[in-house]
Amino acid sequence: MKNKYSIFSLIKNALSGHENWQRAWRDPEPKKEYDAIIIGGGGHGLATAYYLAKKHKLTNIAVVEKGWIGGGNTGRNTTIIRSNYLWDASAGLYDHALKIWEGLSQELNYNVMFSQRGVMNLAHNLQDVRDLKRRTHANRLNGIDAVWLNTEEVKKFCPIINTSPNIRYPVLGGTLQKRAGTARHDAVAWGYARGADAMGVDIIQNCEVKGIKRNGDQVEGVETTKGFIKSKKIGVVAAGHSSVIANMAGIRLPLESKPLQALVSEPVKPIIDTVVMSNAVHAYVSQSDKGELVIGAGTDSYISYTQKGSHNIVEETLRAILELYPIFSRMKMLRQWGGIVDICPDASPIISKTQIKGLYFNCGWGTGGFKATPGSGDLFAYTIANDEPHKLNAAFNLNRFVSGDLVDEHGAAAVAH
Amino acid sequence: MFIINCPYCGERDQTEFSCGGEAHIERPKQPTELSDDQWAEYLFMRKNIKGIQFERWNHAHGCRKWFNMVRDTSNDKIQAVYKMGEKPPVK
Repeated sequence: MKNKYSIFSLIKNALSGHENWQRAWRDPEPKKEYDAIIIGGGGHGLATAYYLAKKHKLTNIAVVEKGWIGGGNTGRNTTIIRSNYLWDASAGLYDHALKIWEGLSQELNYNVMFSQRGVMNLAHNLQDVRDLKRRTHANRLNGIDAVWLNTEEVKKFCPIINTSPNIRYPVLGGTLQKRAGTARHDAVAWGYARGADAMGVDIIQNCEVKGIKRNGDQVEGVETTKGFIKSKKIGVVAAGHSSVIANMAGIRLPLESKPLQALVSEPVKPIIDTVVMSNAVHAYVSQSDKGELVIGAGTDSYISYTQKGSHNIVEETLRAILELYPIFSRMKMLRQWGGIVDICPDASPIISKTQIKGLYFNCGWGTGGFKATPGSGDLFAYTIANDEPHKLNAAFNLNRFVSGDLVDEHGAAAVAH
Repeated sequence: MFIINCPYCGERDQTEFSCGGEAHIERPKQPTELSDDQWAEYLFMRKNIKGIQFERWNHAHGCRKWFNMVRDTSNDKIQAVYKMGEKPPVK
């Protein structure tokens, strides 16, 4: 049984020099067989395990992770959470996640530092204005909060933005989702890991999957660096490496894996209390609780698994940031990194069964998976437990690339997801 | 970011090029006779290999010609560059 985190546990442990905190999760050796195995110990995978145990009472399960939990894209994103997507299917999916975010710290008894500081999306040309206004209306029809701001209102909401009409891409307005915001990404992985572990889920780190064993069209288990583990149900949540796992299982996915970069500045005093995204010039920025500016850059145009990304991508982003925020011109950037994102042709995820019995894929989140973590885990757990999709993820099946029923979110999500 | 040896122009910076994705995907000879599954395979399904990959590149800010490349996607090292229509180097 896990000790509850509270003000009292904090005081008690402070008095003993913080040396007696209970381990947040165990470090078990894999058993020979599980009822289900989740490949990938990121936020989505751990959330899947958590909801499988909590809602579907499937506790004899394992999460296998080749590195350490939360060390992939969960720890590499810019932590933005929003649900203002254009199409009904996406709105349903992302707002489901946002609703879980709103109570997540309490549910997990783990502070994920969810902060509803609002996300503003800027328009820089007339087509942006038309698209974003349309999206605002679509959001409101789906019960998602969205407002259109004119240039003065944008300036009022975030005073450091340069709203001069003389810049190369002037700010013509923007949309605001007030319920949107950010969360502490590592805490999401740790909170779900702790919660899943408490219900008996084995989280096995430093355990890389080397093969998927099939008997005809039924999965039998996974070959790992810690030996063979048997299971009739395997959920793959491997982000950029989804295609690598799919190749092991002998199935094809419509994914391309590319490096997506982000960077943070030196920490400064509070200067920007919201998240501002700009798809047209590709610049988005927020400020972490430590005071760093968190800046998202773009993806490289070619497939790569290097977790680095090209320098020119960073240059382009910073150029746009400096035009929109001249006040940042003398700031120093501290760190830059890349994560490998798996991009679908329609910029929407896949949460789906496959043609192989017992093999499920949750992938294709591309550049914007973090925001969906709780919803993705919840719906993927439902799909695995019931062997059929929940109505909220039915549209995100793999078969849509055959039927042509795509969920084209390029317009709403653009490059900055 | 890397240097690409364009078969027509020689060594240039990668930012001059654009990547056209996986190479040697043949356009169906009888498009009208394709099933939905075959269309999906042609249009959307990709190898997305971690390792040696064959791909198409275009020297967009140079000679604007297309060519093929063999590149290791796990470290971005280019193994070979060859012109369109030429046989890929055997690996």
